Amino acid sequence: MDSSSSLSDSGLLTISAKIVIAGGFGVGKTTLVNSVSEVAPLNTDAWMTEASEGVDDLPPGGKKSTTTVAMDFGRITLHQDLLLYLFGTPGQSRFWFLWDDLSRGALGAVVLVDTNRIDQSFAAVNYFEHDSVLPFIVAVNRFEGKFAHDLDEVRDALALADDVPLIECDARDRAASIGVLQAVVTHSLALSRVSAPG
Amino acid sequence: MTYLAKDVITVSSPDTGVGRGARPQTYKMKSKRVRPYALTGGRTRTRHQLLVETLISVPEFDPVLAESLMPESRALYTRACQRLSIAELSATLTLPLGVVRVLISDLVGQDAVFIHPTAYAYENNPQVLERILDGLKQLPV
Repeated sequence: MDSSSSLSDSGLLTISAKIVIAGGFGVGKTTLVNSVSEVAPLNTDAWMTEASEGVDDLPPGGKKSTTTVAMDFGRITLHQDLLLYLFGTPGQSRFWFLWDDLSRGALGAVVLVDTNRIDQSFAAVNYFEHDSVLPFIVAVNRFEGKFAHDLDEVRDALALADDVPLIECDARDRAASIGVLQAVVTHSLALSRVSAPG
Repeated sequence: MTYLAKDVITVSSPDTGVGRGARPQTYKMKSKRVRPYALTGGRTRTRHQLLVETLISVPEFDPVLAESLMPESRALYTRACQRLSIAELSATLTLPLGVVRVLISDLVGQDAVFIHPTAYAYENNPQVLERILDGLKQLPV
């Protein structure tokens, strides 16, 4: 069957999956993507406008600024026919509506936390706990090898439910970042088995 | 159709009366963010689910079709020969994600490009997740 072999030859059977990397501003999302991506992290400008929340309030002929928001992403070829994409969420809270778009279809999410600025990640934890159905884990990024708090303290500080996996990592380290991704997939897998019928 | 209204506003908001030749720099700066929306005719929704990670490829490149396309669509069509995700197409061609989605959807309508299924299309089922985990474990460190 020439036609079917040419289909697979041209890679038409290749599928893609996605993991979302969330967390506040400056917690190391780009660093994590950078440490595991096989391509230099790319940057795409999501389309949006400042006025998207209140279109009807625009004054007629009024000045309207258009804003783009950049998001980083990376790619990992896991198998010849399976690519994994990593998407860092925009850190600023005013871009949250983009998170829904980014999260759609993801197999899971990582919320990165910097213990020196733990408040930066409250919002992301809150989003995945309450506004999203995605399985997620929390990864504490150890900057400079220092680790200001132990994991129990972090769990308390984030008011994180017991069933949300909490791990530590060094986002600059490739092996550690791969470990984070494995932890997300493992968690998603566990949840999918729990929810699977039978 | 609030979406339509939003885009009409976006498209029509820049100062009018600036000719192409009159103030080229100003025009260029503005055109970059306005023109793509005009290209989609104000459409922001697509008939196909195109996630940021959805892979697009071109089963059989048709140079005649390519010639007939608008420049942005032609660029997408040509670039998709490498089998790229919606996000990669957006990033490498510096086109906003929403515009890429609409134009790709048009190309799908013309049977010009192929939409690959995502893991989500398989509902992230355990077999797919296991293959992903397996792949992650085999990555060189």
